[in-house]
Amino acid sequence: MSNHDQTLDIQHSHGGAAHGSVKEYVTGLIFSIVLTALPFAALMFDLFSAPITLIVILLCAIAQIFVQLIFFLHMNSSSEQLWNTTSAVFIVLIVAILVVGSIWIIEHLNHNMLMGH
Amino acid sequence: MTTAHHDALIDTHHEHEHHDTGGDTVFGFWIYIMSDCLLFATLFATYAVLSSSFAGQITAKELFDLNFVLGETALLLFSSFTFGMAMLYANKKQMKGMIAWLCITFLLGLSFLGMELYEFYHFSHEGATPQTSAYWSAFYALVATHGLHVFAGLIWMLVLFAHFKRDGISEENLVRLSCLSLFWHFLDVIWICVFTVVYLMGVM
Repeated sequence: MSNHDQTLDIQHSHGGAAHGSVKEYVTGLIFSIVLTALPFAALMFDLFSAPITLIVILLCAIAQIFVQLIFFLHMNSSSEQLWNTTSAVFIVLIVAILVVGSIWIIEHLNHNMLMGH
Repeated sequence: MTTAHHDALIDTHHEHEHHDTGGDTVFGFWIYIMSDCLLFATLFATYAVLSSSFAGQITAKELFDLNFVLGETALLLFSSFTFGMAMLYANKKQMKGMIAWLCITFLLGLSFLGMELYEFYHFSHEGATPQTSAYWSAFYALVATHGLHVFAGLIWMLVLFAHFKRDGISEENLVRLSCLSLFWHFLDVIWICVFTVVYLMGVM
């Protein structure tokens, strides 16, 4: 049984560096171009009102990050990429605490110091 | 029977370990990239906190030119794609195609860096230097750190050209190229955050 597992491992393990295909890269490129053009166009030609523009910009950025991770970095939920994905999820959590926490704390500080408003 | 089985086990095990060395290196490099995310996260947090601290000096809205940023973005985005193509040729062990795509990637990266340096020169000329206000300090710290990473990537690419010229497409060189590929795509992801948070939200 363990022998069988090891054989399987040999065929698949590449330390999370999958190979991809031309089709995958072209799909990724097309998605990226659309998701870059949309927020720039929204701002340059004033397509939406300010709050909607902000939402469009942020959603496009998040979508494009996922496009890059999936089509260019070939991330997936397969077992040989388990630790790549686990470490990435951990970093996303830390980054969220760092960025949201900093903005939150300094906003309160500015408010209490009567700066700005 | 038992011995044969045992031998086969050792053999498989040996091959497994041999094969995984490159994989371990790439995974280790992935962990480095994750830690680099933290560096950029602190710079983004600093930038966000200081995003309106102009100290009565020139503001971002007066200087940012979206057409110019769109050009920079296009260069970096296409370079990410061309690096992917180089990776495909490398995995097929086709030297010529790989070097050609890698050269295009290098030129795109170099053009991006040139545009960024011109932008910094232009901004300083208009009166926005890192000393001007807290906002411009945070701006230059964030954008220039990304630029320095791109510069490091270009140097690394030059070193790899020398490696490939000397050893061809060897197992070691493939591992090196895989690491640089991760690094290059990672820089593109960071740039998505930069043009969204700094430039697009900056002109709103």
